[in-house]
Amino acid sequence: MHFRPLAATAALCLLFAAPLAHAADKPTDPQIAHIAYTAGALDVEVAKLAIAKSQNKDVVGFANDMVRDHEAVNVQALDLVKKLNVTPQDNATSKALTDEIAAEKAKLEKLDGAAFDKAYVDNEVAYHKQVNEALKTVLIPSAENAELKSLLETGLKIFEGHQQHAEMVAAGLK
Amino acid sequence: MNHRFWVLPALVLAAGTACAQAETITVTVDKMAFSPARVEARVGDTIEWVNKDAFAHTATVKGGWEVMLPVKKSGSVTVDKAGTIDYFCRFHPNMKGTIDVTP
Repeated sequence: MHFRPLAATAALCLLFAAPLAHAADKPTDPQIAHIAYTAGALDVEVAKLAIAKSQNKDVVGFANDMVRDHEAVNVQALDLVKKLNVTPQDNATSKALTDEIAAEKAKLEKLDGAAFDKAYVDNEVAYHKQVNEALKTVLIPSAENAELKSLLETGLKIFEGHQQHAEMVAAGLK
Repeated sequence: MNHRFWVLPALVLAAGTACAQAETITVTVDKMAFSPARVEARVGDTIEWVNKDAFAHTATVKGGWEVMLPVKKSGSVTVDKAGTIDYFCRFHPNMKGTIDVTP
């Protein structure tokens, strides 16, 4: 477990901790939109690194799927915030996610071949698992706007699919 | 035992099979789900998936065929033997469907 995704862990701890510590401090819709968009955009960045570095057909295929799906979700998210006239608001959770993914990318950049593939896919499993937990326990219940809530619910189904897909790719690497 | 009693139903069955038009059964793919998730078909029928999602999907049988379902596009397969076919989306394996194929 050298490449445990500190990214997701640390950032999402904030998500879990916040509602426990201050029930009134649940994220607002502009913050939720920012977190969801950021989580997707960061996964696209890591996927692009995998497409550039990996030689494994399944890993590259998976990474391409991540780019395609997360970009599609984020297009929908941008359309929605425009329609609702909401400006996504940067926040501590988005910042922590961004910092930690930057660290994860730096680690991945130093790896090659099978070691890279394993680290990338393991990270994807854990990242999606934790984002899904955050969606289920914090983001979806906190969302006030029905359309935002619905988009997050669709997002959850997609990301649960990604988690299972990543688990299948991980099993194939062993 | 009088043969007529079983020859007749057999003939009716044979005629029924011959007369049956192959049908197209539509499965909608929307909001990350196959709907209906379970369909019944007869050998020779075509299953058509209409992808209404903004995401690409597949209808994949493990160790068997795969139909690609790009965004807002359709794909189809003709079932050629009886049995139960379980399929899933390779991109999102939590999406599952079943086709019950009768002779």
